[in-house]
Amino acid sequence: MKTSGILIALVAFAALTACTNADRFGSGSGAGANGGLAAGAGVAGSVNDPTSPAYFNQIIGDRVLFAVDQSTLSTEAQLVLDQQAVWLTQNGAYSALIEGHADEQGTQEYNIALGERRAEAVRSYLVSRGVASSRLRTISYGKERPLAICSDESCYAQNRRAVTVLTAGAGV
Amino acid sequence: MTRLAFLIAMLFSLLPAALAAQDRSGPLRIEITEGVIEPVPIAVAPFIAENAAAADFARQITGVVSADLTGTGLFRDIPRDAYISQVTSFDAPVPYADWRAINAEALITGAVTLTSDNRLIVKFRLFDIFSGQPLGDGLQFAGGTDSWRRVAHKVADQVYSRITGEGGYFDSRVVYVEETGPKNARQRRLAIMDYDGANVQYLSDASSLVLSPRFSPTGDRVLYTSYESGFPAIYELSVGSVTKRPLDVQAEGLAFAPRFAPDGRSVVYSRSDAGNTDIYRLDLSSGQRTRLTSAPSIETAPSFSPDGSRIVFESDRSGTQQLYIMPAGGGEATRISFGQGRYGTPVWSPRGDYIAFTKQNAGRFHIGVMRTDGSQERLLTASFLDEGPTWAPNGRVLMFTRESAGADGEPAMFSVDISGRNLKRVPTSTAASDPAWSPLLP
Repeated sequence: MKTSGILIALVAFAALTACTNADRFGSGSGAGANGGLAAGAGVAGSVNDPTSPAYFNQIIGDRVLFAVDQSTLSTEAQLVLDQQAVWLTQNGAYSALIEGHADEQGTQEYNIALGERRAEAVRSYLVSRGVASSRLRTISYGKERPLAICSDESCYAQNRRAVTVLTAGAGV
Repeated sequence: MTRLAFLIAMLFSLLPAALAAQDRSGPLRIEITEGVIEPVPIAVAPFIAENAAAADFARQITGVVSADLTGTGLFRDIPRDAYISQVTSFDAPVPYADWRAINAEALITGAVTLTSDNRLIVKFRLFDIFSGQPLGDGLQFAGGTDSWRRVAHKVADQVYSRITGEGGYFDSRVVYVEETGPKNARQRRLAIMDYDGANVQYLSDASSLVLSPRFSPTGDRVLYTSYESGFPAIYELSVGSVTKRPLDVQAEGLAFAPRFAPDGRSVVYSRSDAGNTDIYRLDLSSGQRTRLTSAPSIETAPSFSPDGSRIVFESDRSGTQQLYIMPAGGGEATRISFGQGRYGTPVWSPRGDYIAFTKQNAGRFHIGVMRTDGSQERLLTASFLDEGPTWAPNGRVLMFTRESAGADGEPAMFSVDISGRNLKRVPTSTAASDPAWSPLLP
């Protein structure tokens, strides 16, 4: 269970970085442009270094998953977020953008709102575990940035996610 | 006149009349019944070129008039080789018996002149064959050669309108989102085209995610959502100059789902505050923002009634997505959707008589319409994923997004009558989604 979870996270990580850079580092000067650290293993450091973003992304896990049309954090999700919170408190040089996503079962605008709700659930939880609120921001992509592209539950389950994307800097 | 009008009235009223008898005990499911009703045969005679330079235009305009009318599903254009008499002069008397013999219910004749200063002059006449009379006066349109399609659409709108008693919708445009690339790396850009897919023009590049464009009441401006600042925010774009201005760009969180008020002077949209989405109104001249809903649930997809007095929107305050109507200034909302499943993306008809919506039930998506009090719900389509209806200017046809399933799935735009007839794909050269229909062009 643990091993397969990590494997899935690795695969998902590769797919995510391959496809969402354009928007995450979009052309604007806004918040998305200050450099996510999920962009490549070289930048993210070694998974063996517990202070590295690679460790955060792959060993702790940068994402939590949700049930259909829900934004409640499961026990499993809370365990991941507990570790994320510890990591973030110990590594004050990073802040995070929490991306909320939905699967394709739902209308576009509703799913944007649902993704925001999921991102906010993660932010509130991390804040409740001691992470300064000023270091965390949220964004929602609704169903517009699927990670897995099949049209059944095996893919939908991976797409209903909130991803904690590390960025350099101690926050605003 | 009487026979033709009767036939068309039948085409329009068959389904609604049958449905009116149903009570509201549950949602009604309509199967798509293409081809059950026979289209009315008409003859769109080749428009006469009044001078040699007009020959190509005459042929093309005839083609567009015919395509507009037959595209409604209400008419069938009788093939030219079935004609007994040819139309060789615009002013010659009409031999009604010859057209009656081939069962033409209506005859459209036209003539095209290209002037020395490169302007097109297009005349047309419409005849009701079985009553043996013209249907309305002859009319003349003029325009530059680059607007020949618009002139053709205007002729077809006149014909459609005279025969059906409904407003036309052919001289209109659609703003939408062009989609390219694989499902997990889609590139999107705003595009605009004629209602029939012609004259595509791009309004944005593909560098940022763009969503849900909507026309202003006069069709000269477009509201949309873009992620170009890093976060979803709303923008107003001038169609003529293709210049945009930000309306509400936050340092984080979201602003999305913008729609114009019927007077074009304010915008309603969704905005998030600490993860919770509510509906706001923004005055475009003063920039003043007013919050219209205050609930811990999701409130989005607002749409004004045509008189500007009310707003229909979706909310999951009951636990699932449902449709509600509130006064335009905010205040107590009344739920109008009560069938099985979830309801979203409500859009008030420009005629005020129906609200179109997306419905999800038992793993399927539907486009449907209901009366503004929620009664007489009818589902017009069913598929893996149908969503986001937009009304034709006459409030009798809807366009929407249909997405196919699977890893290779992609969206396309479809249209359907509010009777559920004439479901068809809108031609686009790439995948396309999120259509918004303009008003009739001036």
